[in-house]
Amino acid sequence: MDLIQELETLEREGREAVGTVRDADALEALRVRLLGRKEGRLTAILRQLAQLPPEQKPVIGAAANRVKDALTELLETRAAELEAESGGAAAGLDLTLPGRTAWRGARHPVTLVVDEITAVFRSLGFTRARGPEAETDWYNFVSLNTPLDHPAADAADTFYLSPGVLLRSHTSPVQIRTMQAFQPPIRVLIPGMVYRRDPFDASHAPGFEQIEGLAVDEGITFADLKATLAEFARRLFGPAAKVRFRPSFFPFTEPSAEVDVTCFLCGAKGCSACKGTGWMEIMGAGMVDPAVFEAVGYDPERWTGWAFGMGPGRIALLRYGIPDIRLLYESDTRFLQQFA
Amino acid sequence: MDISYRWLQSLVPGLDLPPEALAERLAMCGAPADAVIALGEPLRDIRIARVIEARRHPNADRLSLCRVDAGTGELLNVVCGAPNVRGGATYPFAPAGATLPGGMVIKRAKIRGEESNGMLCSARELGLGRDHEGILELHGDFTPGDSFIEAVGLDDWRFVLDITANRPDLLSHIGVAREIAPAGDAGVVLPPVAATGDGRAQALAQFRAARVHRVSDAGEAEGIRISIEDAEKCPRYIGVVIRGVTVGPAPEWLATRLRAIGQRPINNIVDATNFVLHELGQPLHAFDLARLRGSEIRVRRAAPGESMVTLDGEKRDLSPDMLVIADAERPVAVAGVMGGQESEVADDTRDVLLECALFDPRSIRRTRRALGLSTDASYRYERGVDPEGMERAARRAVELILATAGGRAEPVLLDVNPRPFEAPVAPLRPARAQHVLGVALGADLLVSLLQPLGFRALAADGDALRFRVPGWRAYDVTREADLIEEVARRYGYDRFPEELRPFRPSAVPDHPVAILEDRLRSLLVGRGLLESRTMGLASEAEGDVALTNPLSSAESRLRRALLPGLVHRVEYNLARGNRDVRLFEIGTVFAPGEPGAQPLEETWLALAFTGARHAPHWSAAPEPYDIWDLKGLLADLVALLYPAAGVLEPGTHDPLLVPALGFHVPADDGSAWVAQGGQVAPGGVDAPAWAGPIWGMELRLAGAELAPGARGYRVVPTQPAIEWDLALLIADAVPAARVEALIVDAAGASLERVAPFDLYRGPGIAEGTRSIAYRLRFRAPDRTLTDAEVERAVERVLRRLKEELGVERR
Ligand SMILES: [Zn+2]
Repeated sequence: MDLIQELETLEREGREAVGTVRDADALEALRVRLLGRKEGRLTAILRQLAQLPPEQKPVIGAAANRVKDALTELLETRAAELEAESGGAAAGLDLTLPGRTAWRGARHPVTLVVDEITAVFRSLGFTRARGPEAETDWYNFVSLNTPLDHPAADAADTFYLSPGVLLRSHTSPVQIRTMQAFQPPIRVLIPGMVYRRDPFDASHAPGFEQIEGLAVDEGITFADLKATLAEFARRLFGPAAKVRFRPSFFPFTEPSAEVDVTCFLCGAKGCSACKGTGWMEIMGAGMVDPAVFEAVGYDPERWTGWAFGMGPGRIALLRYGIPDIRLLYESDTRFLQQFA
Repeated sequence: MDISYRWLQSLVPGLDLPPEALAERLAMCGAPADAVIALGEPLRDIRIARVIEARRHPNADRLSLCRVDAGTGELLNVVCGAPNVRGGATYPFAPAGATLPGGMVIKRAKIRGEESNGMLCSARELGLGRDHEGILELHGDFTPGDSFIEAVGLDDWRFVLDITANRPDLLSHIGVAREIAPAGDAGVVLPPVAATGDGRAQALAQFRAARVHRVSDAGEAEGIRISIEDAEKCPRYIGVVIRGVTVGPAPEWLATRLRAIGQRPINNIVDATNFVLHELGQPLHAFDLARLRGSEIRVRRAAPGESMVTLDGEKRDLSPDMLVIADAERPVAVAGVMGGQESEVADDTRDVLLECALFDPRSIRRTRRALGLSTDASYRYERGVDPEGMERAARRAVELILATAGGRAEPVLLDVNPRPFEAPVAPLRPARAQHVLGVALGADLLVSLLQPLGFRALAADGDALRFRVPGWRAYDVTREADLIEEVARRYGYDRFPEELRPFRPSAVPDHPVAILEDRLRSLLVGRGLLESRTMGLASEAEGDVALTNPLSSAESRLRRALLPGLVHRVEYNLARGNRDVRLFEIGTVFAPGEPGAQPLEETWLALAFTGARHAPHWSAAPEPYDIWDLKGLLADLVALLYPAAGVLEPGTHDPLLVPALGFHVPADDGSAWVAQGGQVAPGGVDAPAWAGPIWGMELRLAGAELAPGARGYRVVPTQPAIEWDLALLIADAVPAARVEALIVDAAGASLERVAPFDLYRGPGIAEGTRSIAYRLRFRAPDRTLTDAEVERAVERVLRRLKEELGVERR
């Protein structure tokens, strides 16, 4: 039975030794040491077989074969591993050459900003609404508490298609359409193209993206508006971002505010983008004017609401450091690819 | 609106906020400054200096050698070339190292052998005037070494304010003063007009006692008759006659004020009216009384065909809906917009009629637009002029004229006032303010917030406070909501809490197209396409809906399709050497609607791509996109958007595409297609010679499957399949789709899938024929098929292929 023990020792030691081998030459040396026909340890054990009683020979022989098979498999597996480890070089491949890639697509930078804004407001209970780009002057102005002879409705700034029909100058007509079609609670986000009669230059485009929000319910307040936009700013621009409300004027909200956010380029220290103030004007906001509720048949005593609007294109310019708005509309692939 | 810091200080005694802090304060009032310009900045290096002694330069006749006290504690040698330099006089002085407004730096120098440590300056060298007769001698009490800009009052700042359309009151210094004075309106004081010389002081004192003669539609006083024929467009007109003025330059203090806000001084009469316009916000006009025919003012509508020449020398054609100021015979001013040239104050003017009027904002706006003429006056009238400030403005202008141009005012202000102003009274319920604003503000606090802005608390009406609105806010504050805004503003927007409260989620469902757009963008970006955004504006050739006021002919229509614009973007890229272009766009297209109504709109998706199918890799030569890339992508998108549409039909009908190299999916709403794609017709593309074919497609999202369809589960097969390859010889005239359809029909229910996997044409195959190899996969859901069953099915297929299509096995 000593031979059985010797065989077990051989298998155990062989198993340990195989695991430590680092190259093919060492592995071959190990194979010779273990299983070599002349000097190998297994051969040495088998040589003692002749001296055993005949009835023991088959038992030991079978055990020896099993150990031989096991060690052979271990050696082959390890050989394959070593082959794989050094295989590339062995096959003549220069693995420093670049791999095969697919074309990379990209969303437009304005879409990226719209997506981010949408994601934040989604989590604040908002859904998305849409409306036509060609509107009537009633939807674009009158229903929004802007009489047609008001300076805010200046035709010089608006593209007309026919008398009373125009290209919307803001996404706010969709507020009206949404309130006409639904009852509160309303929390909608309205992205879309708007048009103004500005010649195409580095900072103006006759058509550009706007995104607008509207919330209407019982008991909604100006403080809620401020809290919501402060939360939005933190989520979009980072936890340190703060907002500042400044009094302003929009015919369809009252009170109205320009909303500044701490400059996300200089960390509110003051830079050329924020004109040294540390603040960036990013949107307008305010409480829905009672006249707007009256235009859609809501009872202004019962419902209150707020709205805000911003230009994702402008935010994209600031955020990505794009110097000229025309880059957004040229579709130069060298530009678009940067957003992949 | 340009505001001078010093001017503001003259109205708010004790105003000591530094300019930057004031700008911040104004921003928080709702009047942010686009710019704050330090007017003295270019002259910051200039000092006051006294010439102690001036003698002739020993080596140059035209130069003087001066000993100058510039407050440095020692006398400086300065060489001066001006003929008027003299000992004992005081001048602006640029010491060595100083920079002049033009950017020139003064250096210590030797001039003809004598050292010069600076320069005594002329007005021209300081950018203060054209006078180059000599250096600028200063008259008054000056201390050498002092800052020149401070000593002469040039240390002012111009605030370029951005005033919103609802705040015409802020288009004047007094309006801004009311906002920033700690005590509000009560803290604003008009500095009295002072006159030098006995005659002028006396005329001023006499005028201060002048009475107001108020009449309703027409009246006469002191030889002038004024009548208002359209009370709606002109509710009030005050006229004052001043006789015996001497037209000349305005005094320096007044000119300085106007220059500080970027206005050019003209003469003492015009400058006085301009001063009051910017101080009090009331437009005024001075007529040369001698040039008014009939000593009469008629405020009336223009007669048909009437015209006049305005101050700017332009002839203006007037229409009957325009209001004019006329004398007995003809228009002498376009009311509220611009005066006429013929009656303008000139150097020889002796007697003046001063107009201080109120006009309807809408009327002025229409006239301004019709004439394309915007002035400081029309800008303010359009937005609303304070009806309660008129008499004060008229009196102040007369006083300024008397003080600066002399003369004597008639002791009557003729005040024609057919529509007396009635101040709005607005209610304010404290509970409502809290309901809207979200903070509790007591009645006392509300009153104390509104009172300084000029809102006078009247007796309360039950729970509602009531406030009388001052004239300067009468245009924008008439309702409770307006007062609530004033409360919030005065309380301070920054004092509102920012704590999020619970909210109810939206009752409005997500718009399905918005969801669809998201899915399409993800899909196409994953396929390596770049999202493009263009505008809806197109040229005449590419749109059917015209703009009535386009900016250019290239943007005179609304686009009828997306692909043409996207192809232009491909052209743009090719022109810049970008060979591999893969663009998509989701956007709106327009078609004519009912006459006078909105056009029809649809959201479309378009793709355009050209160049290499795969990103470049060293292992293979680039392969260009071909029609199979187009067809595959189009089919995928159609399967997503129009799952019921079936196969793509070969051929297109769009002139933008090559008819034979494209596909379309017919529409069931009468339009030509819901999806189409193919090779963009090369004739219509401006591309360099090296460019390959451009592939394009468009899909309408309007009729598309807007929500992802219900995806049902089908049993995953458990039985083995048998695959069978068939190489078929098919005549070119027989479409593969027919072969495939026949295989499906003939093979029976156990055929799971059939697809071509090879196409061969060439040696061994007859001309006009190609070999297509199909792989057929058979499977029964419930048992293992036998080879014999499959063989029988294949025999059926081959038999019918031969009989019906003449197709044989290769
Ligand atoms: Zn900054």
